[in-house]
Amino acid sequence: MIAEKYITSGCLISNHTVYKNGELLFVNKDADVPGFLLSVYKHFDINYSRFYKMDNLSKLGWLASEILLKNSFQKENYRPEDIGLILSNANSSLDTDQKYMASVKDIPSPLLFVYTLPNIVTGEICIRNNFKGEDAFFVFDSFNADFIENYVSSLLDNNILQACICGWVELLGDEYKAALFLVEKLKGNEAVSFTKEHMNKIFDDKKIN
Amino acid sequence: MSGVFIVSDNILSPIGLTTSKNFGQLKKSVSGIQKHHDTALSDQPFYAALFDQSGFIKDSDHKYTRFEQLLMASISDALQNSSVDAGDKKTVLIISSTKGNISLLETESYNPTIQKRISLPASAKLVAEYFGFINQPVVVSNACISGIMAILTGMRLIQSGQYENAVIAGADVISKFVLSGFQSFQAISPGPCKPFDVNRDGISLGEGAATIILSANPKNAQGIKVMGGAVSNDANHISAPSRTGAELCQAITKTLDNAHLLATDIDFISAHGTATIYNDEMEATAITLANLQTVPVNSLKGYYGHTLGAAGLIESIVSIHSLKENLVIPTLGFNETGTTNPLNICTDLLSGNFTNCLKTASGFGGCNAAVVFSKQ
Repeated sequence: MIAEKYITSGCLISNHTVYKNGELLFVNKDADVPGFLLSVYKHFDINYSRFYKMDNLSKLGWLASEILLKNSFQKENYRPEDIGLILSNANSSLDTDQKYMASVKDIPSPLLFVYTLPNIVTGEICIRNNFKGEDAFFVFDSFNADFIENYVSSLLDNNILQACICGWVELLGDEYKAALFLVEKLKGNEAVSFTKEHMNKIFDDKKIN
Repeated sequence: MSGVFIVSDNILSPIGLTTSKNFGQLKKSVSGIQKHHDTALSDQPFYAALFDQSGFIKDSDHKYTRFEQLLMASISDALQNSSVDAGDKKTVLIISSTKGNISLLETESYNPTIQKRISLPASAKLVAEYFGFINQPVVVSNACISGIMAILTGMRLIQSGQYENAVIAGADVISKFVLSGFQSFQAISPGPCKPFDVNRDGISLGEGAATIILSANPKNAQGIKVMGGAVSNDANHISAPSRTGAELCQAITKTLDNAHLLATDIDFISAHGTATIYNDEMEATAITLANLQTVPVNSLKGYYGHTLGAAGLIESIVSIHSLKENLVIPTLGFNETGTTNPLNICTDLLSGNFTNCLKTASGFGGCNAAVVFSKQ
């Protein structure tokens, strides 16, 4: 029942930079958080009008998923219900919660309210890619690679999923970090084995070696 | 895979502070939903199921928020009625909530201390320390399916052998944040909600907490098992349900496969039944697609309102006790079929010999979840 599992792609967005599989792809040190996210969107030449409606947490997670999957994922190899997402962060949707609460004093904004749930970022990624498998959002005070490894492994080993995007999407005020990992049972060119050590190494040092 | 047994449970709601009190009230059609006029929550009067008490545990130092007190009171009752030891290294605590301590944004000025106090892991840590849990708690926050997802998380952590016992607790309090949000969506019914009814016009909110304790140890068994479950995503819209119901149907079908059961094995369904036009329509379509349209189905939202992160747990516990007592609770607020695909809505107390129950939920973000409970 235990299947071989690999990280076939990894994307890290933090501290004004975008890394994919250890390679620095983009830097923009001169922008605030919304400006940085918009510059990433433009740099990677993505055309998706929903992006402009998203809150900052969703923009961050969604951009990380776009870069993670681009040229690295053969979606056609899978049925939509076999691809899932297991995401986590520390402060849930607090960044947008504050903005929504500010709107309540005037006119409560339904557009902001819908983003006051952390799993909306998961929904945005599913809508974009037609992923219909199991998704879940967990909240830990810091990135818990041990939990993610065990949970995602059990979903893949039991054939609940065949491919899974997992990791961390955190944004609060000026601080942000997304670290997403594509986990598959097929070994690709960039693949390393799916372990908590490899996830932590990418999370902290951007690359394995 | 080892069996996963329901060891103990608690429902802490405005109609009762224990499961047995709650089940007794449901049998008498007692609802917690009332008209409230509380300007701290809303300028307009509104219907909701709210607690009329404030303290739930002894907290002379005012250390714990209302949200944390609800969790603690519920967990305390469930633990007392089980032989599971919170301090055992084989026991894990799982918390389910959508908004946790978010009401602190309304009452406190924002600073780094308040920011940490609002974070769900901070609440989970306080609750874990209160009972002496050793392992780091797991927090699930996945909109309205959080409660069922927390049960499935517990089931999987036990099945994979990581833990022997899981204490799964969920709670949400109704704050201005939450109420104003649903009001801004025009999703709140002007009266008590009417699930699946032709005149349904929105949800009623409710507050509550619930706890389910799961164990792989047969000596803790009380006659009911978690047989399996599944989660799916609509990949369609972040706040509107699927137009086809295919994805909730997918979660139901996968749940039945996971439980090694057929649609014909299901004796009754506890639906999400929020009483919005679109949710109930989608659910009726999905249940029909899954060939379950003749199976008795209820929604408990007419008693509890929508209790958000606690809903999946509260409604699962009622279903578990329906199996134990062979008594399905009717759908309060339902009068006349109001979905394109008619369901067999339970309108009177239904007695029978029930073995397998399906519980479903759907939520913002396009998420759907299902779980099956069975007699051993």
